[in-house]
Amino acid sequence: MSLLDTKFEKGGVIISKVEDLLNWSRLSSMWPMSFGLACCAIEMMATNASNYDLERFGIFPRSSPRQSDVMIVAGTVTFKMAERVKRLYEQMTEPRYVLSMGSCANCGGPYWEHGYHVVKGVDRVIPVDVYVPGCPPRPEALIGGLMKIQELIREEKFGGNREDVKKRLAAKSAPAEEVIMAEHPNQADRSKGQDKKETEVEETAETA
Amino acid sequence: MQPKPLTIDEIAALVREKFGDVISEPVKTPTAEFFTITDLEYLQAVMYFLREDERTKFNYLYCLSGVDNGDGSLSVVYHLESLGVHGHRLEVKANCSVEKPEIPSVAEIWRTADWHEREAYDFFGIKFIGHPDLRRILCPEDWEGYPLRKDYKVAEYYHGIKVPF
Ligand code: SF4
Repeated sequence: MSLLDTKFEKGGVIISKVEDLLNWSRLSSMWPMSFGLACCAIEMMATNASNYDLERFGIFPRSSPRQSDVMIVAGTVTFKMAERVKRLYEQMTEPRYVLSMGSCANCGGPYWEHGYHVVKGVDRVIPVDVYVPGCPPRPEALIGGLMKIQELIREEKFGGNREDVKKRLAAKSAPAEEVIMAEHPNQADRSKGQDKKETEVEETAETA
Repeated sequence: MQPKPLTIDEIAALVREKFGDVISEPVKTPTAEFFTITDLEYLQAVMYFLREDERTKFNYLYCLSGVDNGDGSLSVVYHLESLGVHGHRLEVKANCSVEKPEIPSVAEIWRTADWHEREAYDFFGIKFIGHPDLRRILCPEDWEGYPLRKDYKVAEYYHGIKVPF
């Protein structure tokens, strides 16, 4: 869809599916609910601020659940707060997405064993679409999570089931091991360069 | 008034002189010095004396915390300071049993104690006799049990949400 502007310049006519157009407009204006629960929220605020500037993605926090599409659960969810989180989620209009930010919201984090007051994962209260690991996750990771939600929206169909979309996306994704083990193109160059030097050294040693 | 900081021994002597044998000998460890109020009947009177007397003037209660000693007894620790007058500090303890966790309230003497006592009640179940509004302060109102007691076990469910990991 980033080709839109170039298309406008050429002929002024675009042929697209309504579905794509709607998805594109929705994923370009994901408005998160403005609330934070603990230390992760600081990182979320940093992501909203000028260095990382979430607004360039059309993401900026709204102070009412009625106007929000995305809920970023940033921080420790206590049992006392869980009911409020649930109510806020229910007040959001559909379609709505939930991003669980940080270990606390994912699974209880540092409080998983002795935190009598901590919900061991916000998914015990509301359905979660994307989990961002970290304690706290860096702003880059949060942006990565938000882009995952964009991917999800891009794939959605009228009257389709979100679970099906997730399955389709999962089929597309590469296994983590491959991504981790894959050689970076620059890295390949570098290691080649090193090999060369070593052989050169050996050669010079031999000639000497 | 000229500042005249007192040592814990001098303060203990003042209390004994006024009330008799209602406190223990001062205990001195490398990290803390304190005496225990052994006769809880006199707790409020002693505290009021410590606040009002010209020589002590403990006008500030900067911390009040509950402790579960793990041997069937609970403690409350009072941290006092004479702020801007003498500048000296004092720690006072009071004990009660788990079976009868009752300690007189000092909320009428230092207003700070109001919320601190509610916290100690919330976490340790210590009932402060004479507190104006003894409710839970941090846990939800309908929470069961006192979570910082040594023998506390988490419930299986809270409002339909599973609690253990
Ligand atoms: S995951 Fe870590 S940084 Fe985030 S709220 Fe929990 S303790 Fe704080």
